[in-house]
Amino acid sequence: MTPATPRTLYRYPAIVLFLMLTAALSSAIADCQVRGTGDLGIVIERASGSVQVVDTTARRSLFHIAGLGDLSHASAVFSRDGRYAYVFGRDGGLSKLDILCGELVQRVVQAGNSIGGAISQDGTLIAVSNYEPGGVKVFSAETLDLVADLPAVYNENQPSKVVGLVDAPGLRFVYSLYDAGEIRIANFENVKSPAVQIFPDVGRQPYDALITPDGKYYIAGLFGEDGLALLDLWKPEAGVRRIVNDYGRGDKKLPVYKMPHLEGWAVANEHSYLPAVGQHRILVARNGDWTLVDRIAVHGQPVFAVARPDGRQVWVNFAVPDNDTVQVIDTESRKIIKTLKPGKGVLHMEFTPRGEQVWISVRDADEVQIYDTRTLEKVTTLPAEKPSGIFFTARANKIGL
Amino acid sequence: MHSKRQRLRGFVCAGLLLAPLAGYTDPPAARQAELMHLLRHDCGSCHGMTRKGGLGPALLPETLAARTDEQLVLAVLDGRPGTPMPPWRGLLTEAETVWLIEALRAGDGL
Repeated sequence: MTPATPRTLYRYPAIVLFLMLTAALSSAIADCQVRGTGDLGIVIERASGSVQVVDTTARRSLFHIAGLGDLSHASAVFSRDGRYAYVFGRDGGLSKLDILCGELVQRVVQAGNSIGGAISQDGTLIAVSNYEPGGVKVFSAETLDLVADLPAVYNENQPSKVVGLVDAPGLRFVYSLYDAGEIRIANFENVKSPAVQIFPDVGRQPYDALITPDGKYYIAGLFGEDGLALLDLWKPEAGVRRIVNDYGRGDKKLPVYKMPHLEGWAVANEHSYLPAVGQHRILVARNGDWTLVDRIAVHGQPVFAVARPDGRQVWVNFAVPDNDTVQVIDTESRKIIKTLKPGKGVLHMEFTPRGEQVWISVRDADEVQIYDTRTLEKVTTLPAEKPSGIFFTARANKIGL
Repeated sequence: MHSKRQRLRGFVCAGLLLAPLAGYTDPPAARQAELMHLLRHDCGSCHGMTRKGGLGPALLPETLAARTDEQLVLAVLDGRPGTPMPPWRGLLTEAETVWLIEALRAGDGL
């Protein structure tokens, strides 16, 4: 290099190279968002095996992620940092999504047929409950490597479908055996050797369950009889007891064209709101002593009864042939204050973290409708292909969700 | 396929449901589309959209082979007591049920 060479001449290619590299790098990460995920969520598109990542502030779709298999009955949990969604598909698939980058990070098909899942208290374990073969499988949240396989057999060798799987404090998973009529607690304090506690004879055909937001009570709904099975997780030694028995009061059982869901806990104004089975009613039980205080007549067989986060309203959707309707119950008067007709195939409702809006999936309209929960008016709609479950990242910080 | 369809109708009509044979004509095209939609999405919520089973059993041609037409038609119309399978009578006619069973046996829409 001679002193005569102008500095700019030899510097020029270096600058060009630097700019080119920068451009290449930024285009490689251009699809990832630099932001928090607290106002994000996912919408399951059940027929196409895909999900949308949505922004609940801008009310728009950020990403479309395909390749998740059969999502005809799908649910999701979130990593505690709110970046990853774990989607449980009907075909036994467990998919890990990066919602900031809009990509499917990993997918394992862990069983023939599954129903739902949960993430452990410390965020390190993902549990999946299965229909075929029945049982619970537990995976590393990071790698999706199998950590534990908990079979659900009863009467020596009979397999049972597993439902109502939730996480509970103390690194526990709690679940119910549909065919066996059992509740089980699996304790993962020692990951290498989980301890399973069995509660038999809880009632006929537990079909789903929930855990209260404080992690104290696990409650399984029973399909085979009028009532629910309650386990106090602070005193498991006290065993399972039955609550809200005989809520049908001898009324004729109506056909149930879609099973109710107990996921999510409609606790509002010191009462719990639960869908009855075979009755077009929402049951209202007093928290603590669990006495039945009301049976609110509603439009059809309720599927979900979910409370607005402040507990002032409970929103209810219905089974076929009434799945075009949503009703809103005011929890102070326990009266229906609004009957909405979003369209055929209302499958799920999810509130924004503090409840100013609710997102409703309307399958047959191929759209998600967003309602203002104060005015009860529709704000906007987003297109989605046969949408079903809607899951927002606020679930990451809630016990049992 | 045609002869099977005739056989199923003859069996159901004569043996069991006592409806006139002439009653079992194919549903109109628009209703057929609704029925396939119902099969995929509403039956699918328990039996799986791909009919591989869920809370309810699989509805694939090979799994249904173990059941008679009579059993299947009655299971749909009257439900199966002791299980979550509800009676669809009232939402489905006998002719529509026969048509749906034929579709399931043939694996239509899979």
